[in-house]
Order: sequence, then structure tokens, then C-alpha cells
Amino acid sequence: MNNVSKSKLHGLWALTNRELKKWYKAPTVFILTLIQPVIWLGLLGNALNLGSLVSSGSFTISPELISSLQLTPAQITGLQGFFSGIGDSILQSTFGTTSYISFMAVGMIAFTALFTTMFSGMSVVWDRRLGFLNKALSTPVSRSVIIISKVLSATLRSMFQAFIILIIAVPLGFQVGEAFTPINILGVFAFLFLICMGLSSLFIAINIRSTRIETPMAVMNLLNLPLTFASSAFFPIARMPGWLQTVANVNPLSYTMDGMRQLLINPTIDYSKLAIQYGYVGIFAAILTTIGIVLSWRYLNK
Amino acid sequence: MTEEDAIKAEGLTKVFNGSLVAVDHINFSVKHGEIFGFLGPNGAGKTTTINMLITILKPTEGKASILGQDIAKQHNEVRYSIGLVPQEYTADEDLTGFENILLCADLYGISREVSKKRAMDLLKLVELTDFKDKKVQTFSGGMRRRLELACGLINRPKVLFLDEPTLGLDVQTRAATWNYIKTLKKQFGMTLFMTTHYLEEADALCDRVAIIDHGKIIVVGTPEELKDSLGGDIITVGIKKDEDITGLVEKIEHVKEVKKENGTYRIKSENGEVTAPLIIEALRKAGHVVTRLSLTKPTLNEVYLQYTGRSMRDAEDSGESLHAKRMLMARRRH
Repeated sequence: MNNVSKSKLHGLWALTNRELKKWYKAPTVFILTLIQPVIWLGLLGNALNLGSLVSSGSFTISPELISSLQLTPAQITGLQGFFSGIGDSILQSTFGTTSYISFMAVGMIAFTALFTTMFSGMSVVWDRRLGFLNKALSTPVSRSVIIISKVLSATLRSMFQAFIILIIAVPLGFQVGEAFTPINILGVFAFLFLICMGLSSLFIAINIRSTRIETPMAVMNLLNLPLTFASSAFFPIARMPGWLQTVANVNPLSYTMDGMRQLLINPTIDYSKLAIQYGYVGIFAAILTTIGIVLSWRYLNK
Repeated sequence: MTEEDAIKAEGLTKVFNGSLVAVDHINFSVKHGEIFGFLGPNGAGKTTTINMLITILKPTEGKASILGQDIAKQHNEVRYSIGLVPQEYTADEDLTGFENILLCADLYGISREVSKKRAMDLLKLVELTDFKDKKVQTFSGGMRRRLELACGLINRPKVLFLDEPTLGLDVQTRAATWNYIKTLKKQFGMTLFMTTHYLEEADALCDRVAIIDHGKIIVVGTPEELKDSLGGDIITVGIKKDEDITGLVEKIEHVKEVKKENGTYRIKSENGEVTAPLIIEALRKAGHVVTRLSLTKPTLNEVYLQYTGRSMRDAEDSGESLHAKRMLMARRRH
């Protein structure tokens, strides 16, 4: 066996790339994955545009008020500026930015990560049903490589899609905050990498035992909306009712979103908070990846 | 453990969930270069046995070795020396034939230059060279099966496992697959372990077969030995009158056994060609009119039914319908 590599990790890239090829080599699937976030952002971002409620356009001074107070044009401009200043400060204090769509776009990035990892996690069920898993298990490829390749491909795919959202959000009105520097993009990728690793390990561990596609579908449907709405995706946690705050405060998606918002849209970065956010998401990723790999590995070694 | 055994199982047992005995202390050995057929009804334990031998299931009890290496303790060594051609079409639909073979090669850690060359040779062997850059979703069932065969050979295995290699194929493709299998044996001196539902296939291809049922091996031998063990040819006779002729026929020379079945008589006899005229003669003398007579040389089918009984197994889906379902799913996936 001289031409055979004995490295423990052989096959990792081959298996990861197999998953990725299925995606980028199938034009329909690839285009759909690009269109989906545009729809989410375009439709939801505009339909739920909470910012318009308090934006400067919402404040007009009625002609009756102007004539009864005998305001000069300069005073009118001043008043309007005053009111829109109040609106902006409400937005700023609530969302950390005056642009709601920027707030939501970051939520969407995390939301896309959640969805993509969920669906990627299901591919393990297909591999089992279609016999590929057994085929791979009969080869000397390491069991952990089989699982890590799944996690890795889901992670890479989600990161790419999340990045697309960010690009698409710009023409839709996304504005970066004053604290933004291009290096912060790397920080965003770090957040995405961690959350995607954790989530895809979780979903693969859920799916690895099922032989029916219906079971994971039901689990996903049960999980995705609560995970999304009990997070800061659409609305800041501080303005939620108490019980929901408790849930949202343990949801790693909230930490991811808030951390990414600090890096992208907030006027200043609170580094101690950022450290906590990285720490939380990092620990989540480490724990779930370990659990996912150990569970799957044990199951594959029956 | 003798040197000439490519596969050896001793007391190999698999119990699922603590109570379901799928494979029950089986013993058998397969010699180097042999084609060994594993036959049995659905749910008999064929797949479980194969899964233990290819190291994806751990035996509950007993042991087995491939080329002298223990399947449980030296599973990594075993994995390098075996190949698998699974029942399902495992090739990835979105990848080309060539890419699929390279993927298999990567799972063995074979370097790219070697694997590219091997892949080309294998594509030639299974006559898919012209289609190597076509996506597998455009392949017919026969082409997919050949691609699976090529994938299973990428690591030059010494022992190749074929799980229902011709399931769901048309007659032409089946015949072609048989030829590939024979070529493999001749060219590479490979040991082949196959399961099949098609008994004429086992008869034509296998050097030895084992019949397994309820997790136990019932009989092992060459197809000829098994056919001979049935004790001869089978003559089926029908007469006009509803009268028992069992006693009469039993006295005839060579006749070994007479059974009445649905109004006809199933007569087991050596030298059926000689016995049949004697039976007609004896019956005519006794005043009976023979309405029908047939002579069958024993086939593996008869052997199989003799050992596994005639009752149908409804315990699980038949392989074919399961396979059809899988294909349907594969299509839905897109």
C-alpha cells in the first residue's frame, strides 16, 4: 500500500467538496439559494420596517399650528429637525442604528445561517437512505471525517450565503456604523463560523439516527421559528416581555446577532461585551460540535 | 485459521436491541479466488452478515476474519483490502461518473495521479469511458450498476462484496454484469462474496453457495452438490380419476418419494428419463389415464425451496419494492 496515504484526515476535503459540489454545480439550487435571502430581506425588511414609524418623515407640522403660533420658516425647519432628532434618537437607542433595515439585515444573516445548517443537516438522512453512508463506512475513511465533512460543508455554505445577504443589503439601504472598518468583516466571519459549526453539529446529531426524512423535518419546523423570534433578529431583547427575554438571552443566535451588529452597524464597539459575545458563541460551538461528533461517532461505530 | 481461507466466520452472531437475533452463530469459510453465493429469503440475515464482514456492524458474539485479519480488532486493515458494490445506487447524481470514482478513491486516501489512471482503466473495464464526464443523473440503471462496480474496485480489493449485484436490471444488463464478474475472477483472482435473489445466477456464477434462513446457515456446498442432495429429478404426474396412486407408484424402480400436491403427484426419482416411461406403463396397466406428465431436473430453486420452505416472507419489503422506493426518493430529492 505504498500509494495510499495513512493520514487520519484523508477524504475530509473530498467528502466536504462532494456536498459543496452538489450545491454550486447545480445552477438551479445555487440561484435559489441566492434569491431566497433577497426575498427575505426585501419583503420582510420593508414589511416590518419599524423604523418608518418614528423616522423624520412621520413628523409634519400642521398648517393650523404654524398659523396659530406664527412660526417663521426657520423655526419650522428647526422644529422638524427637533422632532426627527427625537425619532432618530429613539431608533438609535432601540436598535443601535437609525436604519432599521441595517438592524434587520444582520438578523437575517444569522437567520440564514440557521436555515442553511438545518437543511444541510438533513443530507445525512439522504446519505443513509441512499446507501452512501454504508458505502463510506466500509472504506478506511475515519468516522469522524465523515461527520466533520458534513459540519464543514454546512458551515462553508452558510457562511457564503450569509455573506451574500450582506452584499445584497447594501443596495437595499444597509448602512455601516461609525465604528466599522473593513477588518470587522473578518470578525463577522468568525461569528458565522462559530455559530454554523455549533448549529450544524446539532442538526447532524439530531438527524444521524433517522432513516425517514419526515422526522428531522418535524424537528426543524418545531425549532426554527422559536429560535428566530426568541432572538434579537427583528427586535431588541431589551424591549421584549420578561419571559421572552429569558429565552432570548440564552439563545446563541442573539449573541451572534448582537455581536455582528456591534461590528457592522453600531456607532461604537463595546469590547467587553464583544468578548462576552464571542465567548458565549464559542463555548456553544465547542460544546455542540463535541457532542455532535461524539454522538455521531458512537452511532456510526455500532 | 488456514491460509487458504479468504473469509472465515466462527460463531458469528448479531443481536439487535438485545433480543432480535439477526445472525445466529454462523460458521463458514470462503477460499481464495472463490465466488461464494449467499442465498436466503428476505430477513434471513444476509445483509446483517455482509454488514458485519464489511466492518460497519460490530458482531455481538463470535468472530470473523478477512485475509486473516479480524473484522473487529483490525477493522482498518480489513477496510483497505475489501471492496463493496452495494445494493443501492450510491453514486452521486450531481457528479460525473469520473468524479464519483475519484471520490471513492479519496476515501481510501489514494493519491490523485494513481486514482486518475485507475479510474480511466476501470471506466474502460465497465465500458463507461464515453460517459465519464456526464452527470450520473443521466445514467441508466445498468450504467449506474457498472459505475458502482468500478467504484468498488478502485482500491484493488482482494475480496469484493456484491450485495444483490443484478437487482432490478434487465436481462441484457444482467448477462453483461455476469460477464464482468467472471472477468474479475479470472483477471484479478479476486475472491467474491455475493448475495442474490436470482438462483439461476448463483448457479451459473458461484463456486459454492450457502443458504441462510432465520439467521442460521442451513446448507453449504457447490450448486451441483446441493442439487444432488435433493435426491434426483422430479416427475409430476396427473391422472383422470380421483384415486390415490401413491402406493402404486412407490413400487416402481428408482422412485424415491411420492407426494400428492393439488391433485397431481410429485415424484422424486433418480434417472427421471428412464423412470417416466415406467410410470406411464404401470399406470396404464392399472387402468389409469395419464393426463399430464412433466420432468424437471433439479435447479437451485428446488434446493432453495426444499431448505427454506414455500411460505412467503411478509416480514419486510421485498428487495425489489424497496429498491423501487429508493429510486423514487432519489428522484424526489431534486
